[in-house]
Amino acid sequence: MNKTIKQLSALLSAGKASSVELCQDYLAHIQTQNATLNAFISVDNDKTLAEARAADALRTSGQAGLLTGVPIAHKDIFCAEGWLTTCGSKILSNFVSPYDAHVIEQFKAAGMPCLGKTNMDEFAMGSSNETSFYGPVRNPWDTTRVPGGSSGGSAACVAARMAPAATGTDTGGSIRQPAALCGITGLKPTYGIVSRYGMIAFASSLDQGGPMAQTAEDCGLLLNVMAGFDTRDSTCLERPKEDYTRSLNQPLAGLKIGLPREFFGPGLVGDTAKAVEEAISQLIKLGAETVEVGLPNSGLSVAAYYVLAPAEASSNLSRFDGVRYGYRTPEYGDLTDMYEKTRAEGFGSEVKRRIMIGAYVLSHGYYDAYYIQAQKLRRLIANDFTTAFQQCDVILSPTAPSTAFKLGEKTADPVEMYLSDIYTIAVNLAGLPGMSLPCGFDAQGLPIGMQLIGNYFDEARMLGVAHQYQLATDWHARAPQGI
Amino acid sequence: MQWETVIGLEVHTQLTTQSKIFSGASIAFGAEPNTQACQVDIALPGVLPVLNKGAVERGIRFGLAIGAKLNRINSFDRKNYFYPDLPKGYQISQFALPIVEGGELTVQVGSGSDLYEKTIHITRAHLEEDAGKSLHEDFHGSTGIDLNRAGTPLLEIVSEPDMRSAKEAVAYAKALHTLVTWIGTCDGNMQEGSFRVDANVSVRPVGQKEFGTRREIKNLNSFRFLEQAINYEIRWQIEQIEDGHKIQQATVLFDPDTGETRAMRSKEDAHDYRYFPDPDLLPVQLDEDWIEQVRASLPELPQQKQARYQSEWNLSAYDAATLTGSRELADYFEAVVAGLAKPDAKLAANWVMGDLSATLNKENLDVAASRISAAQLAGLLARIQDGTLSGKLAKQVFEAMWAGEGNADAIIESKGLKQVSDSGEIERIIDEVMAANAKSVEEFRSGKEKAFNALVGQVMKASKGKANPQQVNDLLRQKLNA
Amino acid sequence: MSLSPQDVERIAKLARIRVNGDEVMAYQSQLNNIFGLIEAMQAVDTAGIAPMSHAQDLFQRLRPDVVTEPNRRDAFQAVAPQTENGLYLVPKVIE
Ligand SMILES: [Mg+2]
Ligand SMILES: [Zn+2]
Repeated sequence: MNKTIKQLSALLSAGKASSVELCQDYLAHIQTQNATLNAFISVDNDKTLAEARAADALRTSGQAGLLTGVPIAHKDIFCAEGWLTTCGSKILSNFVSPYDAHVIEQFKAAGMPCLGKTNMDEFAMGSSNETSFYGPVRNPWDTTRVPGGSSGGSAACVAARMAPAATGTDTGGSIRQPAALCGITGLKPTYGIVSRYGMIAFASSLDQGGPMAQTAEDCGLLLNVMAGFDTRDSTCLERPKEDYTRSLNQPLAGLKIGLPREFFGPGLVGDTAKAVEEAISQLIKLGAETVEVGLPNSGLSVAAYYVLAPAEASSNLSRFDGVRYGYRTPEYGDLTDMYEKTRAEGFGSEVKRRIMIGAYVLSHGYYDAYYIQAQKLRRLIANDFTTAFQQCDVILSPTAPSTAFKLGEKTADPVEMYLSDIYTIAVNLAGLPGMSLPCGFDAQGLPIGMQLIGNYFDEARMLGVAHQYQLATDWHARAPQGI
Repeated sequence: MQWETVIGLEVHTQLTTQSKIFSGASIAFGAEPNTQACQVDIALPGVLPVLNKGAVERGIRFGLAIGAKLNRINSFDRKNYFYPDLPKGYQISQFALPIVEGGELTVQVGSGSDLYEKTIHITRAHLEEDAGKSLHEDFHGSTGIDLNRAGTPLLEIVSEPDMRSAKEAVAYAKALHTLVTWIGTCDGNMQEGSFRVDANVSVRPVGQKEFGTRREIKNLNSFRFLEQAINYEIRWQIEQIEDGHKIQQATVLFDPDTGETRAMRSKEDAHDYRYFPDPDLLPVQLDEDWIEQVRASLPELPQQKQARYQSEWNLSAYDAATLTGSRELADYFEAVVAGLAKPDAKLAANWVMGDLSATLNKENLDVAASRISAAQLAGLLARIQDGTLSGKLAKQVFEAMWAGEGNADAIIESKGLKQVSDSGEIERIIDEVMAANAKSVEEFRSGKEKAFNALVGQVMKASKGKANPQQVNDLLRQKLNA
Repeated sequence: MSLSPQDVERIAKLARIRVNGDEVMAYQSQLNNIFGLIEAMQAVDTAGIAPMSHAQDLFQRLRPDVVTEPNRRDAFQAVAPQTENGLYLVPKVIE
């Protein structure tokens, strides 16, 4: 159960296990774990096993690819035909998708059975998985704590070994922050590498799907499946297919690691600071050099993000109106009454807050002062990275300011919750690739993550750095007790 | 007080693409409800728009046809509002950077001695998606929503407030209708909603510089309604002001049954559309090669043809405008002229605008459906030119041709309609007529010019209408004066 | 800047979200806290900076004008709250 997908692939191709056997093991494990952790919204053994049998048949007929038969869990933000697809919201609590997202198609084409749909913050709005209509996910390292968010279900299910890998999405840190808090590896690709078709939109210009797994190597293998040109997403990039694992074995000698002084300021304290410092020493031991870089406008990234993301979200979520699908309030009078009640009852309070912020910053008289100003800041923030990458190959920082916090600890104060993403948000604004990988534990035994940020399309190099680090350390291989 | 009317039009033209502007669903008219509404059109969670090249191409074509500036970089925004026929809760439209800016259209207003030319300036034309349809017939007190039309590509053409009367507005709308069907960007079918007019109407005292408060009449789908609605609105606004009321900006609907306008309930709350750039769509770049390709594919335009008809063929402005009322009509007319060995545009124009148009009108047919081809009509006119047919005989041949009896020559032959131009034969008839009408001959010779016409009539009658009228005139006068 | 209860009611109306009296006050205070965070933006001089709407400075790809989508009405309306004769039903709309 503690196997990477690389190892599972080897088992399958050696004939030491079938996909059906693997899926049965994982489903049984979900059965025992999920009641406590609540990492899955939907599990459907019959569907999963049917896909596993199909994968085994492919292998028998000699048509298996590298990952055929290896199961995976999908964040419930990806539309999957025949699966309940809720996005963590009551308003989609009855929505069985009539179509597949591009990402789902890609994994189906690779022959990877779906183990279930994972819990998430409602419409991916949250950093603790506490905004889900389906209840909070618990952190497998300490079930009184949050797993991070919004891909908290995906992070928790990989950490608890209920799935060897899962998909996530990252709008402001939603893959990297829960990966850090759950002690796994997660990657947000360059914007436009993974099609957003069928991935329910939160903030379209920032959203990007990516893999979550135990290792960087697995993330590379999964990205090979997920990435790819799709004409149905106008922002998806037409680029030659590449092998994201091609640089895994490249030594780090001569690698220049940029350390943004703004991310190593007085805000960074305690065990997280120490763990990240040690990780840097380890990388230097492996031959890398460090250089201080500046991201002078990054301090305003949270402010700009909380204008831009809600603005886009307020518009993206207008389609949830009770007319064509999803929840409709049971009692209503006229049309406006139907709309207002449906949306008031169907959305949770964090989603409603963000819709209102978004409607406000776009409304007459406020557009220039908020929306346009935030877009200009976005450009300044992106320009900072361009300058920084003239001095270094990858940028390194902590992923999150703290380890997993207690359930309910930050729910009363949205602003404090928003600051959980202080190190990750700028990457989305710029559209750059970023990842989080385990780099230690705090005094309470909670995992700590470090973030790597790559230049545009430099996923392979970033994964190589992470892989070399993971060859030299074993933080990523540790699993929570009792799993 | 003397009032002046100010009118600007916003015209939604449905583009002649096969598929929708942001999805691969068909836009064919008349399908069963919601059978041409794909996942993108019904806005399922997770779907995304992909822009149709055919829609952009038609935008370019229109911009070139009105001599406008084409924005080499244009972009799409979201116009946010809730309505059940708007599945996403926003309409994708070009707000900040439309594909077309500027341009103009010169139109003829009125007719006869009241005819004048007027140039209407076009502010902009932008691409956008249409909404679906709400069906209000009774579904147990509910409204039914059909999203087949949702996502249909539109080019909204916005004019400056240059028009000063309903007549001018109608003339402009008709000219625009001619142009968009001419260049093939729109099929112009007003019953099916392919060409819908919104009229912004306000009034102000003559001499006042500032515009009055305007009311927008929505969705007028015939030129007659456009004229009626504007005229009603003008009277209503003047009455309101003269009664001491202020005009409130409003969106109104025209009711063809009562001939009146009324404010729309659904537009009562002031809208705040919260426009912002659509994050799902990148800016559109028009490259020069493409623009030149489209330019090369443009037909000669109505205004160019009008100028040519006047300068090359000496037609009047009115005739030139009439003959370019549609591309089919102009093509037909030019084919008739081209079919004549001795080109005579005036003769061709008279017949196309006269007998042919009258017959088409009577039978409610388009020129494309004419039962007489341009070549056939040219064949008839050639017989007029060479004196074989008089005007009167030509009309008979025309009718026979319309009835499907064959070409002009065959009809002349079989009906024996050939004009008699043999002067001996004509003289013989004249002699007979003069002998039989001694009284008229006497009257003429005593100075009564009128009697001449009576004698001509008798000669024509005696020849069964076949005598060459010019020869009859000449020979009769000779004999009477002898 | 700070939002008034009327601002909250106005944007809730725009967003078609019903809010009752207590909620207005709660939203007002939460939104004002969030705007406290956002206000920091105003200190930056962004004169001459082009707004950034997309993560990439690229132009739109265009789709060929071809009909590709079949009729899937039954599948789509299987998840609809209320339909009749192939139409989606909503409370009566008055134009
Ligand atoms: Mg308009
Ligand atoms: Zn429009």
